[in-house]
Amino acid sequence: MGDTKQWPGIELSSEDLIGKKVTQTRYHPKAQYSWAAGEAISRFLNELKEGKLIGRECKHCKKILFPPRMFCEQCFKPTSNWVYLKDTGTIQTYSISYLDKDARRITDPIFVGVVSIDGATEKMGIMHYFGEVTKDTIRIGMKVKARWKPAIERTGSVLDIEYFRPLKEGEQ
Amino acid sequence: MRKVAVIGAGMTLFRRRLMETPKELCFEASRMALDSAGVEMKDVDAVISGSAPDAFDGVHMKGEYYSDGCGAYRKPYMRVYVGGGTGVFSAIAGWYHIASGLADIALVVNEEKMSSCMPHPQSVFAYIWDPILDRPLKPNLVWIFAMEMNRYMTIHNIKKEDIARVAVKNKRNAVGHPCAQLADPNITVDDVLNSEVMAWPVQRLDISPPSDGAAAVVMASEDAVKKLKVETPVWMKGVGWCIDSTMWTDRDLYFPEYVASAAKMAYKMAKIDNPRKQIDFAEPYDPFDYKELHHMEGLLLCKKGEAPILTREGVTQRDGDLPTCPSGGLLGVGNPIAATMGQKIGELYWQLSGQAGKRQIPHEIKTGVANAWGDLMQYGSVVVMGV
Repeated sequence: MGDTKQWPGIELSSEDLIGKKVTQTRYHPKAQYSWAAGEAISRFLNELKEGKLIGRECKHCKKILFPPRMFCEQCFKPTSNWVYLKDTGTIQTYSISYLDKDARRITDPIFVGVVSIDGATEKMGIMHYFGEVTKDTIRIGMKVKARWKPAIERTGSVLDIEYFRPLKEGEQ
Repeated sequence: MRKVAVIGAGMTLFRRRLMETPKELCFEASRMALDSAGVEMKDVDAVISGSAPDAFDGVHMKGEYYSDGCGAYRKPYMRVYVGGGTGVFSAIAGWYHIASGLADIALVVNEEKMSSCMPHPQSVFAYIWDPILDRPLKPNLVWIFAMEMNRYMTIHNIKKEDIARVAVKNKRNAVGHPCAQLADPNITVDDVLNSEVMAWPVQRLDISPPSDGAAAVVMASEDAVKKLKVETPVWMKGVGWCIDSTMWTDRDLYFPEYVASAAKMAYKMAKIDNPRKQIDFAEPYDPFDYKELHHMEGLLLCKKGEAPILTREGVTQRDGDLPTCPSGGLLGVGNPIAATMGQKIGELYWQLSGQAGKRQIPHEIKTGVANAWGDLMQYGSVVVMGV
């Protein structure tokens, strides 16, 4: 790997593209999808609409799996029954994002992370937003509770929970 | 299983935008690898390629689309894809073509052209998230890293400045790399700590850049090495790979168990029972600075939480006791996903055959390890190479 030889590759600047100095062609795909949510997640979404969180028990592993699934990937046996969980949990990790989904900058940051759900096996949870927190108050290990949308606005989506907010003293 | 050696390597420049098509990039890297190995396509029994999601290119059957540039014309050919793990896994696929006895000489070509996707490849990265559980939250790929990094930092009480040292080391190491996109001889820890916050705790200089580029290696059986009278073969001593559950919100992100499983598989094959002592240098996968530390621990090169301390003490510098990312890594050379084979497998080959030029580790080295990592924080691919 001599350092003097010419390494292949011709660099372009964004000006080359924007100014159309290079030959190029453009295309906008229009792909649309409608996903069936499946056995486990359909029930999970329908329970969200009712303001409830639900998991599935694996009797073989003695675990309450959340989000629920019809089979346990560890013992590879079918799960056995539905188990209602609480809508409280613990922040396992979080980020304060100044990027939107297309990597565009935003000034009002998004608080997002993983919340493990009380009643499920330890550290099992979902990704969701956090609210009523600041960058100085949010911390890993914080106890939180779901803030649900009003029943009439729920559609059977993870967004039926607006966000998780700090659990107040004495609250369950 | 038969012994397998890397006998040549090639690589294009890594840049935010290159003019060449994927096919042309594959050709350039392949041609260079063949020339360095002293073989022609007529000598090659099988071709293996690796590339990340089709959505970057907007072309399905991407492996077929660029295959002519890999020299695959009328040969046994396959493309492998295991997310970010592809950069090392395609070399494992090359290895098993030869180890099995099916091929004597194989060409492995990895390519990525991320710039075609407008305005930013981030937009299609979103397609890796679960469509029902995750995607309604409009996730950005950087969130993965931010959440994992925060968990890792919090569990071990690691300071951000100790993580920033990795970015500084790798961007400085990259100064000696002729293909590097973001080499910087003057970067400091303060530069990293003062860079724009993208998704806390991730800041701009904690991240490797999206890039275009290609890399290729030629592999040969022991018989072919003898026949070709290769002077500096570098042997594939061990390979390992492992996937964890896609239910990533159900496991503790502070330690990559699946990387450790892949490493144990590779070490067993390489007869390594004390990696910290028996491995002389490493190319841990470093798309973000904390990932190098995370992977040093996953590769069992140190105890959990110890990687930042080794970094602070200078152990991982090029002239240290355990140099890591002497290539400059993804942070310094660039991150065209699968093509990072050039800094991982390519660098192990160039270092162990004494061809790393300005990047050459100044003391004697006999064994190196590289890994790649990907999907929803779940895939580990590990290769041990030695002379």
